[in-house]
Amino acid sequence: MKRVGFWAFVRKESLHILRDPRTMLIVLGIPVVQLLLFGFALSTEVNNLDFSVAAPHRSEAVRQLVERIAANDCFTFRGYVDPQQIDRELRRGRADVVVVFADDFDRRMADGISAGGGEAGGCVDDGRAAVQLVFDASNPNMAAAGAGYLQRLLCAGNAPGAEVEMHLLYNPRMKSAYNFVPGIMGLLFILICSIMTSVSIVREKESGTMEVLLVSPVRPVGIVFAKMIPYFLLSCVDLAVILLLARYVLGVPLSGSVAGVVAISILYLLLALALGLFISTIADRQATALVISAMLMLLPVIMLSGMIFPVENMPGVLQALSCAIPARWYIEAVRKLMIQALPFSAVVREFGILLAMTVALVAVALHKFNDKLE
Amino acid sequence: MVGDVAIRVEGLVKRYGAVTALDGVGFEVRRGELFGLIGPDGAGKTTLFRLLATLLTPDAGRAEVDGCDIVREARAIRSRVGYMPGRFSLYADLSVEENLAFFAALFGVSVRDNYGLIEPIYRQLEPFRTRRAGKLSGGMKQKLALCCALIHRPSVLLLDEPTTGVDPVSRSEFWEMLARLRSEGISILVATPYMDEAQRCDRVALCDRGRLLAVETPDGVVASFDGVLYALSGREMFGLLAAARAEAGVEACYPFGAVHHLRVAREFDPERFRRRLLAEGFHEVGIRRVEPGIEDVFIKRMEHE
Repeated sequence: MKRVGFWAFVRKESLHILRDPRTMLIVLGIPVVQLLLFGFALSTEVNNLDFSVAAPHRSEAVRQLVERIAANDCFTFRGYVDPQQIDRELRRGRADVVVVFADDFDRRMADGISAGGGEAGGCVDDGRAAVQLVFDASNPNMAAAGAGYLQRLLCAGNAPGAEVEMHLLYNPRMKSAYNFVPGIMGLLFILICSIMTSVSIVREKESGTMEVLLVSPVRPVGIVFAKMIPYFLLSCVDLAVILLLARYVLGVPLSGSVAGVVAISILYLLLALALGLFISTIADRQATALVISAMLMLLPVIMLSGMIFPVENMPGVLQALSCAIPARWYIEAVRKLMIQALPFSAVVREFGILLAMTVALVAVALHKFNDKLE
Repeated sequence: MVGDVAIRVEGLVKRYGAVTALDGVGFEVRRGELFGLIGPDGAGKTTLFRLLATLLTPDAGRAEVDGCDIVREARAIRSRVGYMPGRFSLYADLSVEENLAFFAALFGVSVRDNYGLIEPIYRQLEPFRTRRAGKLSGGMKQKLALCCALIHRPSVLLLDEPTTGVDPVSRSEFWEMLARLRSEGISILVATPYMDEAQRCDRVALCDRGRLLAVETPDGVVASFDGVLYALSGREMFGLLAAARAEAGVEACYPFGAVHHLRVAREFDPERFRRRLLAEGFHEVGIRRVEPGIEDVFIKRMEHE
């Protein structure tokens, strides 16, 4: 008998979700939009930099170097400009960077090579550079990243003897998607599971239906779990969508164990659901539930989880605070599994912490969610 | 022993912080009785319903529903009562039949099981079976809510202001249904702010500010009125109210529908009062003797509290 009531409940809850286009849009649309936004638009990668060249003599060496830069996908050649026009070029936004060649570029190149030193190409360092890069640094991140990249390009292929060789492990092209995908997963599941469940439970309080539900033989635990099931299933769909998008659209390698990522994600989903349940026991109005979810979860998740700002850079107090944020552990674990391709044993600590948090939250929430109105 | 008492309430007290919502209420509802709770907003009716539905815990006193204590045997009560809260409490985004099926399943029965009980009501809803509950008219919503509260064939029905905000025709139909349910042996406790509905109850309790003023049959309540009552009408109703209140023989004067009711002393002379009102410039003044209703009794009792 009880069982019949329980599944009727699950069915009813699913109907609520299916009938409300806004819920469906939030649950299924936001993950895709956010992932694509963070993956493409909000990247810190250097892409599509426009460059112009100012060279008094367009010698063979200059042309070769310009071609080498233009051949790279990150840079687009905008044409040659007069050295007097550099400032105007940048101000008008025609170029993000102007590569300026010294008027005796050819001679200095020749000197450099004949001197037999390690220096060649553009990397002549004798106090008077042969090449100058003039950047529009109104976006410092882009300028810094672009400058570094351009510098490496100019020096490339000249086998310098004592140059520092950089080797970027796990994310050799410094793609920001690698960094953001785990972060977005940490954010989205909190958003969908916690906010949606808390709002849907509180909605019943607000509309008065909770009163009728409580006066039924179905126990509060049943009511709560019946509410969680449809949202849990939806979140699993989201998980699949995110992983597929990350792999095939954003090109995140997903090199480690997919099973491990799924396992820890499902644990995290349950934790987020428990959090939503907990919020619903505090809030009496849908608006309150929303505000609590946003203030208590979204902001800390964005600020303190390491999704955007590395935890290691935070002051000690904030680092300690971030330990209490589930998303921190989740994001850390997913980065290890997904990007670094570590085995599941590497995230046992994170898994344990998340598990303990889930158990504690469920216990507190169920304790608080009683079958009375007080 | 369950006996022939459906609801027994003894000295029930409920406080919300400093506010005392129920202040020692006691009464009994007999099995198969249609019992009305009459009182203004804030009288404590909803609190009483929530206590009986085991949604709240009393601060003092005790109550039994269908022989079960509301504190110790809450769970047993829950499968025996049909509770309809004051606000529309169905799912607006589910259709009529989905709502009914859900509440049936919630109580572990199927709609078929007790269809006979709700059939007279549900027949009227049948044409709108697939319509969303939120799109029903007020009267239809309440009929659906009643069906949902009845689907598990409860022995006690708790209806908190089921007809508030419903048109007079639907209200009347609703009460006919309650009468039919009573004949099926279901005990009904119903709250209403409408005095005219009180006449349809077997017995009524007048309540105000957490206390019961009287528990009586509707006729008994009316018979307990020991005053003389006149209805005053005219073109300048507002002015008449003030004039009547200033008159020496008038004990009380209050608006009552389209007229004012005047409770007066024995020696009051209505004809002289009417002539003086006309002389003072009031138009079309009429005054006639009327029989008291429950509302008149209620207003009188409230003054005496």
